[in-house]
Amino acid sequence: MARDFDFPGGIHPPQRKQASAQEPLRQAPLPSRVVLPLKQHTGAPAEPCVIPGQRVRTGECIAIAQGMISANIHASISGEIRSLEEHAVPHPSGGKAPCLIIDGDGQDEWQRLPSLDWHQTDRDALVERLQQAGVVGLGGATFPTQIKTCSRDDHSIDTLIVNAAECEPYITADDLTLRTYAPDVVEGAGLMALLCGAKRIVIGIEDDKPEALAALEAHLHGTDIGNQVDVPIELTVISTRYPSGGEKQLVKRLLNREVPSRGLPIDVGVLCHNPGTLRAAIRAVRDGEPLVSRIITLTGAALHQPGNIEARLGTPMHALLAQAGWHEAAVSRLVMGGPLMGFELSQADLPVVKASNCLIAATTEELPAQPPEQPCIRCGACETACPAGLLPQQLYWHTRSHDHDKAELFNLFDCIECGACDFVCPSHIPLAQYFRAAKDSIRFRHHEARKAEHARHRFELRQARTEREAAEKEARRQARAAAVKRKSRDRSAGERHETTLDTSQATGGDDVKTLRIAQAAAKAAVRKAEKALARASETGDGDIEDLEVQLATAQENLKATESRLEAARGTQENAQ
Amino acid sequence: MLDFVIIDNGIVLAIVALASLSLVFGALLGFAGERFRVDDDPIVEHIDALLPQTQCGQCGYPGCKPYAKAISEGEAINKCPPGGDSTIRDLADLLGREVRPLDGEAEDMPKVAYIREDECIGCTKCIQACPVDAILGAARHMHTVIIDECTGCDLCVDPCPVDCIDMVPRPSTLDDWQWPFPAGPGQRTPAPGLIATDRASATQGAVHG
Repeated sequence: MARDFDFPGGIHPPQRKQASAQEPLRQAPLPSRVVLPLKQHTGAPAEPCVIPGQRVRTGECIAIAQGMISANIHASISGEIRSLEEHAVPHPSGGKAPCLIIDGDGQDEWQRLPSLDWHQTDRDALVERLQQAGVVGLGGATFPTQIKTCSRDDHSIDTLIVNAAECEPYITADDLTLRTYAPDVVEGAGLMALLCGAKRIVIGIEDDKPEALAALEAHLHGTDIGNQVDVPIELTVISTRYPSGGEKQLVKRLLNREVPSRGLPIDVGVLCHNPGTLRAAIRAVRDGEPLVSRIITLTGAALHQPGNIEARLGTPMHALLAQAGWHEAAVSRLVMGGPLMGFELSQADLPVVKASNCLIAATTEELPAQPPEQPCIRCGACETACPAGLLPQQLYWHTRSHDHDKAELFNLFDCIECGACDFVCPSHIPLAQYFRAAKDSIRFRHHEARKAEHARHRFELRQARTEREAAEKEARRQARAAAVKRKSRDRSAGERHETTLDTSQATGGDDVKTLRIAQAAAKAAVRKAEKALARASETGDGDIEDLEVQLATAQENLKATESRLEAARGTQENAQ
Repeated sequence: MLDFVIIDNGIVLAIVALASLSLVFGALLGFAGERFRVDDDPIVEHIDALLPQTQCGQCGYPGCKPYAKAISEGEAINKCPPGGDSTIRDLADLLGREVRPLDGEAEDMPKVAYIREDECIGCTKCIQACPVDAILGAARHMHTVIIDECTGCDLCVDPCPVDCIDMVPRPSTLDDWQWPFPAGPGQRTPAPGLIATDRASATQGAVHG
């Protein structure tokens, strides 16, 4: 389709999608044991709510979301909770994380949530259902879906984009989702459009998926579509180019709207969802089925039968690969995600998680090892390829010399880590890794600075408390001394006594004045801290715990000045 | 007569105008100077913000703020072991001083205090020593460290009469993991996962659950 607008840069890597796109979608057999990491989403890990030995049914919630950004985890098979233990998870570090392990009983007995008619149910109940069902973005970012829909509250959204571009080589999971479940995806889009208040739905699909396109068209031209979805649906075919599936790139390409630097598509009134997510959302609402399975592409030259498979979350990857007939010896690299944005796995005994959209068991010929990095020759190829309009070459120099401020000045955080610059670099510089490392290191520094600030506030609270205790002690001591003095004065009013009292009266008067000022200042500080805390708890941003510490410090300071003032007043009265 | 002199004589008019202007602005400046006076030296706040706030006292001052004050009065900037080289660099940038190597031994990894709870006698000495109130407990009851609040200053280790406090490496989760920088030109950059696995198994023994 000829369109005037386009994003800059982009590349045309070999697609290699045919191998997995030819086979129809298969269902993976029920695994006998699943490993479910507590964190399969962006945000805080979920908290387990089951005990070892407990019987669970498929779809039962086994770990509850914690805090604002988090997602529930559900049992993906029926059986018995075996343990909560550290298990290797798919992560670029190759590290371990806490996982719940379920031994299956082979029954697959379900516990579904009540089914909802989304046309009749109110919005809050639908959002709550998405939250209950643990639906997250299945394109790879795994951001909790219900939070995206809540963004309606402070942004006006007019368009919902179904991101079916699937531009990265090898991956065909969205293609197969659309071919197999086009009605579900379209209905899910209708549900999401209703939730976010979008006036229209735009499906963006690359032209290398003719079968998915045909399935969508057949469904959209059906008669009953108007009953299902209330808003107009537009199907837009775009030419294949990596990375048109990037949110910002797709928004630019479909709607010619430019997402601002460090912004999100919602800033220009657009929400993007992946077809898999939409299907998961409609299943959660219409069928009451939580997110317990996903479609995953198994591909690579080391597999006999590449294809797409719908697998329960937590299924060991080696079981799926064995089913696809893998030559374990021939695998040189096992990659989760695409070849450009994915990461290498160090072993195959890892569970399928919500983010696993593709597994590539590649041979050496297929994905050769990265050649050694050569010096940058400043050819500028990366700048032509960058889809975000950045200057990767400049960023490279700054990140390499750890000059993070400069890198941020060159908009490092607008880098989408697509790897287009790596692909075109004639010197084989792993540019995207430099940028990821620099981003992580900047985030770490911000995190450390926040932690230091918090420690300082706690230290100040402690100091304020010690001071308050000292002041109170002093006040009690003076009160006692005053009482003694009064008694002795009653008995004998000596001249020498009078003179000392006179001097103390003068200083006492001064003290009271300065202390009154100090008390007023302390009161103002308490009010200020209270206001800041109230504002933070209303809007939800800012570190509430830290603000509470600051408020407590201000209160301690106020108490200290108050007891000092009381003591000073006592002395003054005593003197008169 | 006086009006005549002032209005007609340009020089006098200029002098009077300038004098009154200077009076007005002088008064304004004087008032602003009194009204918006800053009692503390603002540079101390800036320095304090760069220090790691462990309040460990290894610099010889009782806390980070006193050290910040001392730096502003000319003390050396290389006396903060928890901050390490990066803090020295930041301070040198801020103050326009020379970067000096750290005075003392740098800390190789972030640590936290760990109380061996069955040996704790509940004397509260460590609670009194903790600058950030990160130890929880009461007299004759077991104490424990709030790991998220501990800054790893090790001020609680010495006061403990039964030596039941250890400084252990801060346990790390996958969220703390950072992508490593590639090795640079001429080097093959290995997959990051392999390095991290090795590192995890090397430190595993020392981490308390």
